[in-house]
Amino acid sequence: MTEPTYTSPKIGTAQIRLLERLCNAPAVSGDEQEVRAIVLEQVRPHASEVRVDALGNVLAIHPGQGEGRLKVMLAAHMDEVGMMIVDDEGEGILRFDTVGGVDVRQLVGKPVWVGRQHIPGVIGAKPVHLTSAEERKRSLSLDTLRIDIGPDNAKKVMVGDRATFATSFTRLGPSLRAKALDDRLGVVTLIELLRHAPTNIDLLAAFTVQEEVGLRGAHVAAYALDPDLAIALDCTPANDLPAWNSGGQNTDPADGENTRYNTRLGAGPAIYVADHATLSDPRLIRHLVETAETSGIPYQIRQPGGGGTDAGAIHKQRMGIPSVTVSVPGRYAHTAAMIARLEDWKNTLTLVHAALARLPVDLLAVER
Amino acid sequence: MKPLIQKLVETPGPSGYEAQVRSVVRAEVEPFADDVRVDNLGNLIVRKGDKQPDGLRIMLAAHIDEIGVIITHIDDSGFARFLPVGGVRAAGCLGSRLRFLNGACGVIGSERLSDPSKNPAFEQMFIDFGVSDRKECPVRVGDMAVFERPYQEFGQRLVAKALDDRIGVAILIETLRQIHQPKLAGHHELYFVFSVQEEVGARGATTAAFGIDPDVGLAVDVTGTGDTPRGLKMEVSLGKGPAIKVRDQGMLSDPRLVRWLVQTAESARVPYQTEILELGWTDGKSIQLTRAGVPAGCISIPARYIHTPSEMVDFNDAYNAVRLLVELLRKPISLD
Repeated sequence: MTEPTYTSPKIGTAQIRLLERLCNAPAVSGDEQEVRAIVLEQVRPHASEVRVDALGNVLAIHPGQGEGRLKVMLAAHMDEVGMMIVDDEGEGILRFDTVGGVDVRQLVGKPVWVGRQHIPGVIGAKPVHLTSAEERKRSLSLDTLRIDIGPDNAKKVMVGDRATFATSFTRLGPSLRAKALDDRLGVVTLIELLRHAPTNIDLLAAFTVQEEVGLRGAHVAAYALDPDLAIALDCTPANDLPAWNSGGQNTDPADGENTRYNTRLGAGPAIYVADHATLSDPRLIRHLVETAETSGIPYQIRQPGGGGTDAGAIHKQRMGIPSVTVSVPGRYAHTAAMIARLEDWKNTLTLVHAALARLPVDLLAVER
Repeated sequence: MKPLIQKLVETPGPSGYEAQVRSVVRAEVEPFADDVRVDNLGNLIVRKGDKQPDGLRIMLAAHIDEIGVIITHIDDSGFARFLPVGGVRAAGCLGSRLRFLNGACGVIGSERLSDPSKNPAFEQMFIDFGVSDRKECPVRVGDMAVFERPYQEFGQRLVAKALDDRIGVAILIETLRQIHQPKLAGHHELYFVFSVQEEVGARGATTAAFGIDPDVGLAVDVTGTGDTPRGLKMEVSLGKGPAIKVRDQGMLSDPRLVRWLVQTAESARVPYQTEILELGWTDGKSIQLTRAGVPAGCISIPARYIHTPSEMVDFNDAYNAVRLLVELLRKPISLD
């Protein structure tokens, strides 16, 4: 048996800088071109074939060597949640709708970038001076909010343009704070895996579009790539503050432990067993857990529950594709800023790379 | 057929983890099958016969998975939190017993509620394994269980958990067994699909149908009834025969198939009912929307108390469903 040959990937200054570029670039679902341009520039030197499909997915293939290789699809989505301009009310006042899962309650007061020219604006609402005590008890509904870009820039924006949170990437000690870490963390992880692709497999990388609006890019990417198995690389909420016990009626932290944390920061990559869209393939869960345990890589099992990743579309494609998801945990997902731990990201890359490099050819020979 | 039904309902198979049921079914079908395979998602696919010039490739589907629960958290005292897998109702959970795939048993309890007149939500309930420390807890986060309740016969009425859809599974096995007789086999290439992950969105049938690429698809599953006190307004009753589905939430049955089923039942004097189900759907939906589209329908077994641990069907409906299926499959079909 030949040992698989590869170089070990790592997260260093270059990778963090790349993450910064990618996080600061807007790519609200359906308009991913700015992130796609960076991805294409990064993957072209490391793949034998790179193409952009009809929906805008970037598909990059790194063939391995030797007999009986498994074709492994790795998916990370390029798009992010955000807003879309739906009406121009004049003077740079714009009505907007949300794109993907955004909680309207956390929009007010946020600075935004609008359109491909990144026109700065702010999501405004009636100020405290003018609101009644009764009004302030209610959360603001979407139809009372406007994006204000000022009259001078009004002509640079049109209905249909996307808007994203104007949050610049920042390092905070052991943490990373940015918009769109969901799923630019996965995107950089996947770029690194391509650069250091284990040669025992055919690595089929899919940088997908429109994940946040229903796993649409992955649906067609999986059809085209037709892999033997798939791993989605994503980002999942860490709801791990002790006071955030959303379980049951007891919301007082003194009255019980947090049983609904989903994942915890610093506890390592989150391996999925079940979410709303996928029941992960148990053979792949086992392989990831064994890899983590034998290599001493920290990991956590994401709490089964809601949500969905590209795996939800991939596993139902064609005759069925065994799939699993590995996510980097992050607090405040789908808001203007997420916080993730650098260490969790590093361990995610290490875990997935190690799992691929030791992937047995006959992993799927046993029935699910 | 009743011992087979009992064996099937007493075998645990929550969605995604159907291996135990699959092996029970495999042992039953192997003597009669031309080919048996298991696909990537775990569907058991049994081929019988070859397609003759006057025949079709027909996919029949009954799902081997059942609803259950999945562990989300284990606390320091060894109590486990859980969420449903499939359409489990929170209202019926309290006091229920569970069996895990590793054999462990638990009972469902609830936090003290501030309003005792309300039912607890899933988040307010927990599983007690009779242990007092996390280290002794016999399960881990991500482990799945099914409800535990013995099979009983009330005369011709069968009561058990997971009759949705083990009754359909038993019907397909019995149909295969009868079709195996030389004088009944013949025209069609039949695929008996024992599908997985129906309860979480008919996922197994989606990929099985893609692989088989059938000319016609028929699901065999349970449906609700309108024959209980102040119950659902629905023209289906227990014991009045298998129901031929016209419509549910996910599928408008192909009218040619409905006609074929009705005419076959009439001419063979098999009692039948027609069904319109306002809530829920079956593998039929997934089959219908496969590839370029597949004419699809469904034979439903009327069932009461669906998705509780005590589902009830009438054995005669299952028996007559087998008669109807055998009649359907032994002759050439024209869908024009």
